[in-house]
Amino acid sequence: MNLVVGELLPNINELFEWKGIFAEHTILEFNKTALMAMVSTVICILFFWLGGRRQALVPVGMQNVAEAGYEIIEENISIAAMGEDGRNWTPFFATIFFWIFFINIWSVIPGIQFPATSRLAIPLFLALMSWATFIVTGFVKQGPKYFFSNINPTGVPFALKFLVVPIEFFSKYLVRPFSLAVRLFANMTAGHVLLAIFAIMTNELLIVRSSGLYQVLFAPLPFLGLVAFTGFELLVAVLQAYIFTILTAVYVNESVHPEH
Amino acid sequence: MLRSLIHLAATDPGELKSGLKAVGYGLAAIGPGIGIGYLVGQSVQAMARQPEMAGNVRTTMFLGIAFAEALALIGFVLYFI
Repeated sequence: MNLVVGELLPNINELFEWKGIFAEHTILEFNKTALMAMVSTVICILFFWLGGRRQALVPVGMQNVAEAGYEIIEENISIAAMGEDGRNWTPFFATIFFWIFFINIWSVIPGIQFPATSRLAIPLFLALMSWATFIVTGFVKQGPKYFFSNINPTGVPFALKFLVVPIEFFSKYLVRPFSLAVRLFANMTAGHVLLAIFAIMTNELLIVRSSGLYQVLFAPLPFLGLVAFTGFELLVAVLQAYIFTILTAVYVNESVHPEH
Repeated sequence: MLRSLIHLAATDPGELKSGLKAVGYGLAAIGPGIGIGYLVGQSVQAMARQPEMAGNVRTTMFLGIAFAEALALIGFVLYFI
């Protein structure tokens, strides 16, 4: 039963492991993942540098786009999560959002349909950076008692603290970076695999075995699926960048404004 | 069906493992499915009751969806591990 599908679909690793462009088989191997991450970094830098060059009072052109992007982050992430204090944190959140967005968006651009965040390295280090940021911020703003007051919520009866404090410790210091990393990684991986499967099926029905009415009749089905899921993947790319950033903002807000 | 499962376990454990992984993902997707459905329904009701808070409610809705969906996606990723 698996034989028919087995010869159609390659091993899943072939979708994600790329040959090195140079420095192959060394620790500094540079393949498509690293290339797309670097291209996205350059695009991020160019986007804001070109936007900020003229500094006219009434923005036009590239400056308008960059300012609109920055303002979207400030209004919907910094101020929504942190209140007015959030304005100081907007550059950090804008960096995270735009970097993840420009990396994720490559998964739907034809020619290079590969999101570098579908390899665990980039989401893992982004999550570790968020984790380090909210812990160090809490320590700086609240002193050493932060580590205890964080997991000791107010209004909990003493007997229940034996249950609540380990759960809070586990949830705040261990699960948060893991879930941030896996959420971004799994969303991008799943989207990439889905698009690849629809594309392979359309290919098989339309091009490889194109003899016969049967194939041409059924070929629009995976093709429509491919079109629909490309649109969905575009939404997921933006949404995952937004969710990563706003969760980081919420965690930093917890460190800066401790709940009483 | 039980006999074919036992036959599969005896002769081809690799395929049985893949089958069980798929069943595992299916079971993992029930909880987040119900959770996200309930959450979005409640947030639509909140937005209908108080339209001026719609922006706030929408933000919280996305936050809640992210948390619930993370569990489903951890289940999906474990299929490939």
